[in-house]
Amino acid sequence: MTRKDKTDSEMLKGTLDMMILRTLVTGDAHGHTIAKVIERTSEDVLEVEQGSLYPALHRLEDRGWVSSYWGPSENNRKAKFYCLTVAGRKQLLLETSRWRQMSRAIGLVMGEEATADGGIQ
Amino acid sequence: MSWLRFFRRKRADAEIQEEMDAFLAEETAENIARGADPEEARRRARIKLGNPQSVRETLWQQNTVALVDAVNRDLKYAMRTLARTPGFSLIAIVVMALCIGSTTSLFTVVRSVLLRPLPFRDPDKLVMLYEHFRDARSNQEGFNYNVVSPGDYHDWRAQTHGFEDMAAWRFAQYNLTGEHGDLPELVSARGGSWNLFPLLGVQPALGRTFTESEDRPDGNAVMLTWNLFERRFGGDRAIVGKQIHLDGKPYTVVGVLPKGFIYPDAKVELWVPYESGVPPEVMKHYDFHFIRVVARLRPDVSLASALSQVGAVQYRLHMENLHAPVAEDVAPRTINDDLARDVKKPLLLLMCAVGCMLLIGCLNVANLLVARGAARQKEVAIRGALGAQRWTLIRGQLTESLLICVAGGVGGILLSLAATEWLATAWKGLPSAENIHVDGVVLGFACALVFSAALLAGLLPAISSTGKAVFATLQASSRNASGNVSRAMLRKTLLTVEIAATVVLLVGAGLLLRSFTRLRSADVGCVTNNVLTLDYNLPAEKYSSPEKVNAFNEGLLEKLRAMPGVRGAALASGLPGEGYGGDDIFTIKEHPAIKPGDVLPDAITRWVDPGYFSALEIPLLKGRYFTGDDRLDRSRKVIVSSELARQYFPGEDPVGRTIHVAAYNDADYEIVGVAGDTLWQVGKPALPTMYFPILDGGFNKGQSIAVRTDADPLAMSVPVQKQIAALDAELPVSNVQTMQQAIGDSLGNARLSATLVLGFAVLSLVLASVGLYGVLSYLMTQRTTELGVRMALGAQREQVMRMMLFDGLRPAIIGLALGSAASAAITQLIGSMLYNTEPLDPAVYVVVIFTLLMVATLACMIPAWRASRLDPMQALRAE
Repeated sequence: MTRKDKTDSEMLKGTLDMMILRTLVTGDAHGHTIAKVIERTSEDVLEVEQGSLYPALHRLEDRGWVSSYWGPSENNRKAKFYCLTVAGRKQLLLETSRWRQMSRAIGLVMGEEATADGGIQ
Repeated sequence: MSWLRFFRRKRADAEIQEEMDAFLAEETAENIARGADPEEARRRARIKLGNPQSVRETLWQQNTVALVDAVNRDLKYAMRTLARTPGFSLIAIVVMALCIGSTTSLFTVVRSVLLRPLPFRDPDKLVMLYEHFRDARSNQEGFNYNVVSPGDYHDWRAQTHGFEDMAAWRFAQYNLTGEHGDLPELVSARGGSWNLFPLLGVQPALGRTFTESEDRPDGNAVMLTWNLFERRFGGDRAIVGKQIHLDGKPYTVVGVLPKGFIYPDAKVELWVPYESGVPPEVMKHYDFHFIRVVARLRPDVSLASALSQVGAVQYRLHMENLHAPVAEDVAPRTINDDLARDVKKPLLLLMCAVGCMLLIGCLNVANLLVARGAARQKEVAIRGALGAQRWTLIRGQLTESLLICVAGGVGGILLSLAATEWLATAWKGLPSAENIHVDGVVLGFACALVFSAALLAGLLPAISSTGKAVFATLQASSRNASGNVSRAMLRKTLLTVEIAATVVLLVGAGLLLRSFTRLRSADVGCVTNNVLTLDYNLPAEKYSSPEKVNAFNEGLLEKLRAMPGVRGAALASGLPGEGYGGDDIFTIKEHPAIKPGDVLPDAITRWVDPGYFSALEIPLLKGRYFTGDDRLDRSRKVIVSSELARQYFPGEDPVGRTIHVAAYNDADYEIVGVAGDTLWQVGKPALPTMYFPILDGGFNKGQSIAVRTDADPLAMSVPVQKQIAALDAELPVSNVQTMQQAIGDSLGNARLSATLVLGFAVLSLVLASVGLYGVLSYLMTQRTTELGVRMALGAQREQVMRMMLFDGLRPAIIGLALGSAASAAITQLIGSMLYNTEPLDPAVYVVVIFTLLMVATLACMIPAWRASRLDPMQALRAE
């Protein structure tokens, strides 16, 4: 994600949180993996800057949507793993449905085809 | 959640660093796996990560509660600044502790005495009713509140309906004797009407209150106060229903008053019914004033209209009794004011003095802070230039004064815990003195005081040192920037106010002190040195006839006069300087009758033994003393005081004239002598007095004996008491003390307030001189270069010194002038508290002005002298 201007980054803060939560549905992961997964699944359109990833993770933890623990990574290094809490799962559902509504609404405004792009940028 | 996060910031920071390290390692490993060489792999990983510092900062801020953090930072900073100048900090804290401590103590006392509601039902609805005489003589010492006569009270209660009810009480005193040979003791008591306790809304702790049928001359019920119940009867509940002996007569204990009931003062030990033991005809008098009346307002009637009804009844009674002292009017006083009447003015005066000192303390701390602000001018300017908001800068400086005040406040509260207790005991006759202690409200007051002091002391310096002018210091290369001039002005203004307030305090203290020394040296009219005094009360049961009373009194006097080391003994109903005792009206047979409605001749009445005047060295001006022959029925003789002769026998010889005293046997008395005046209380004018022979058998209410000794009178107290015990082992004596102690007690409060105000004033003087010294030292450092230039150009050291001295003394002189003017206005308010001292006493003003000038000159001399000793070369280089 690039920070073009303030409104942009503010709008995207929420979507980053949502995407992090979505990533964690498949299982616990550490920061590096989360960033990689987001990048890969977005076909490298979204580049997650660490500068916003870690504050976001801590924010989510502070709200009780994820919890964390230290464990060995795939390469046997010490890493901080994040996992989704029950509250986080609920929040994800909420945000997903809100996102769907929003993207559909934007799609409608932009014309039928635009929905397929689901434009973030 | 967020609060916890706030305190875990450090740990969170360490964690995020570790987490980012892990990320770097992962990314580097991945890059190596992709085929990059390790150096390149690490570089790319770092690029991907971005700036770790900014991530840490973002998180740190995210975890921070902004305000708490800022306050925390301010506190830390202020603490460090204060610790860097421990001398300054300590002085400021001690000053604030003294000021806040004394203000808190006085507030505690004022609150308990003047503000706290009495433990009665709706105390706001209770008023004391007094008679009020209109004539000028009665009002010469201020509006008079005369105690009420029982006849008036009876008519008020029976004939008016504006009040819910009225109740009465009278003084009484009894010998309390035990059945099992316990020590007899003289107890102070009150006779209260049966409806008094219900009217006040007081429920007895045990038993019941008096019934209407007990409130009769033969009523023999008694209620104990909690104090007597605990002390004498060991808190034994079975005492209710039992009998105790008062003056040898049996009384049945019907109830015990609750612990909190301390009315009208703590000395009262028991209550009997109002009419109990009083001859029925006495209760019918309209001109015999000895009772107090409490009335409760009806919710639907205003005080004015209730009072107008009572006033109408009283005026009619006055018109019906024109030849007797029956007052024209009725005067009300709230029950709180009634209890605090003697202490209200001094208390408020002390409160003002202490407030004045607090103001001076705050100004002083403000002054010191302004000086510090000057030293930190550059720092403030730089912070301001770097974008610190003005509010942030002000807050920073306020924190400093707040810290000083909080530390001072804590010290002050500790101080006031001790001081309050001391004050409550040192102050004689403080109502509800036992209820005076520091509580939540007082602590709240102290906290409010701390914060307002911090604001007062901190805001002015903070605002002045953060204004726009501050930036000038950045432009100016020398220290003589324009901002400094205005700051010096501010300091001088603060100082002027401080000195003016100090002058007011000093003048107040001077006046009180002068009044006190005049009181102490006032001539009572008799010897007071080496005189032992004590009181006793012959019980009417045992001493049932005048002959028996006389036998005891004469026997005792004879024994005492025969004792070695005793120069004389005097027996009287009351001794000079020890109280009023009572007065009666009289008419002079040889003079034309008084017109109805005119002021009736009136004099204090005393009963004395034949040797009284010579023993106490009260001069006989005319005629003769009483002799042993002036006794019983043969004794229709009276000796008058010279004040009585002056007032009622102007230009004629009173000896041989006859006065008629209606209240005393309704008989004629021949004046046989004129004696010198004695004061009934030090500080009050001498009043006309008539002396009757104590041997005439008409008086047996409790007498005082004075024994003149060769040496230390207190050493004689045990031998004297043994003589009394030899005559009657069961007779209790009380108030064994020297006459000087007895008189000194009545001056205790005058001394206390004079000493306290003087203490405050001296402290203020010290503060003001410290302020003067500080300002001038500061001015000197500011002007070092200028002085160097002057000296280099040929200014003499004396000239420099004079210039600096004058510069420092100017605020002192302006303050002195302002303060003197303010004192002249303010001290008018304490005029009534001064004895033989005018509020504009020139001596006091001269001494105060001289002292202040001396101290101010001394305080200015040191920096001025230092300025004159400057080495011009060094001063010029001091840039």
